[in-house]
Amino acid sequence: MGEAIVITSGKGGVGKTTTTANIGTSLALMDKKVCLIDTDIGLRNLDVVMGLENRIIYDIVDVIEGRCKLHQALIKDKRFESLSLLPAAQTSDKSAVTEEGMIEIVSTLKQEYDYIIIDCPAGIEQGFQSAIAAADRAIVVTTPEKSSVRDGDRIIGLLENTEMERPRLVINRIRNHMMKSGDMLDIDEIVQILSIDLIGIVIDDDAVIKASNSGEPVAFHPNTKSSIAYRNIARRILGENVPMQSLEDKKGMFTKVKRFFGMRS
Amino acid sequence: MVQIIQDDTQTITIKGTREGLTLVIEDTCSYDEAIFQLKKRMEEAEFKEDEPIVPVHVKVGNRYLTEEQKKEIESLIITKTNFKVESYESKVVSKEDALAWLDEADVKRVMKVVRSGQVLSVIGDLLLLGDVNPGATVKATGNIFVMGNLRGIAHAGSTGNQEAIIAASYMNPSQLRIAEYISRAPDYETDGVYMECGFIHKEEDKIMIDRLQALSHIRKDLRGFERRMKNG
Repeated sequence: MGEAIVITSGKGGVGKTTTTANIGTSLALMDKKVCLIDTDIGLRNLDVVMGLENRIIYDIVDVIEGRCKLHQALIKDKRFESLSLLPAAQTSDKSAVTEEGMIEIVSTLKQEYDYIIIDCPAGIEQGFQSAIAAADRAIVVTTPEKSSVRDGDRIIGLLENTEMERPRLVINRIRNHMMKSGDMLDIDEIVQILSIDLIGIVIDDDAVIKASNSGEPVAFHPNTKSSIAYRNIARRILGENVPMQSLEDKKGMFTKVKRFFGMRS
Repeated sequence: MVQIIQDDTQTITIKGTREGLTLVIEDTCSYDEAIFQLKKRMEEAEFKEDEPIVPVHVKVGNRYLTEEQKKEIESLIITKTNFKVESYESKVVSKEDALAWLDEADVKRVMKVVRSGQVLSVIGDLLLLGDVNPGATVKATGNIFVMGNLRGIAHAGSTGNQEAIIAASYMNPSQLRIAEYISRAPDYETDGVYMECGFIHKEEDKIMIDRLQALSHIRKDLRGFERRMKNG
């Protein structure tokens, strides 16, 4: 029996789709059977990031409205046998995916796959409600910007009202020099405000954009920092205890104790 | 048929005091009788047009007055005169009122992080073990105590209690509201303060923030229940 994880953020453009693609790829790299579901109906791009756009024949709305079987809509990844994608529809709107439809699809997929990663649309409307309806747990993606943290907080509040276990946090697009100079919220501050557990931090890396554009998630290329970050997140999802990546080569990034005392002085 | 003959002066007594007039309505006669006598007294009385407004304190002893009855008495008193009913004093309260006061005096303990977009609203005092995040609102008819970070909006005395205070372990709110007063954070970034409280400063006529320790001088009587018992 697999597990369904929804990747959500509230705000758009913080990297939900990239995170979904990379976590999925990383889990597949660890020999897990993974299915990615894009629920951003009308604005799909998980297929683009995965480089699978031109293989789409059927999509999730076709499945829900009974125009095809679920397995017909699934697209096998070109690199991994164990990775599949259920693409979003480009022509319908977000209300086309119902909560019941999602629950049915996910429970079917759970029998075959170890992990079902759901890419949630931005916003808190029907699309969001449907996307989280079937999930067992959630990963909230935020960037070190106030607006993004605020929306993340809103989303966590909504997730707490469901039966789901406590969501976990990914801080994306970290720019080390800006954090150090205090121009960006720092990690401790974000974690303190959102008060949920951190599952990963990803630095702002040109390689991510390059990889997304070439349809190859960055997690394939093991020599970039962001790739290692995504793989670490995948390992933490599997229950491994991986220390947080240090943002710089020096030690002492997460000396919380020091900061704790520093705040009082 | 027995006719109750009562002396008018005993049913309604009007006394002049430094605070205005005290109007005592005997509690042994029926309500209708009291109204009848009151009407009579008011008609008999002569008042000059140019007199200043006189506050009237109505004492009804062991009589319970409903809101409608209070209104009726008030309408009788204020007709043709420049009287103003300042207060009602009764020795009895209804069970509902007493329970409502108790509810208002109660401290509601809540353990959670109030997040952006969420509104936590209670009757009485709020003791929040957790944070109020930016974009979140906590509201209480009484005082608000936050054991955690207050970064959002806190509204104490939301039904108009100006005596209410807001205390927090860490205070960096976007807005503090007490009764109808509102103060907001400055436009520049601030670090926030630890162990402080906000209250309405009567002389300055605005919300002020001070150390928690100052509370013992500012608000000696934090419990609303005693206040309600005294003042109704």
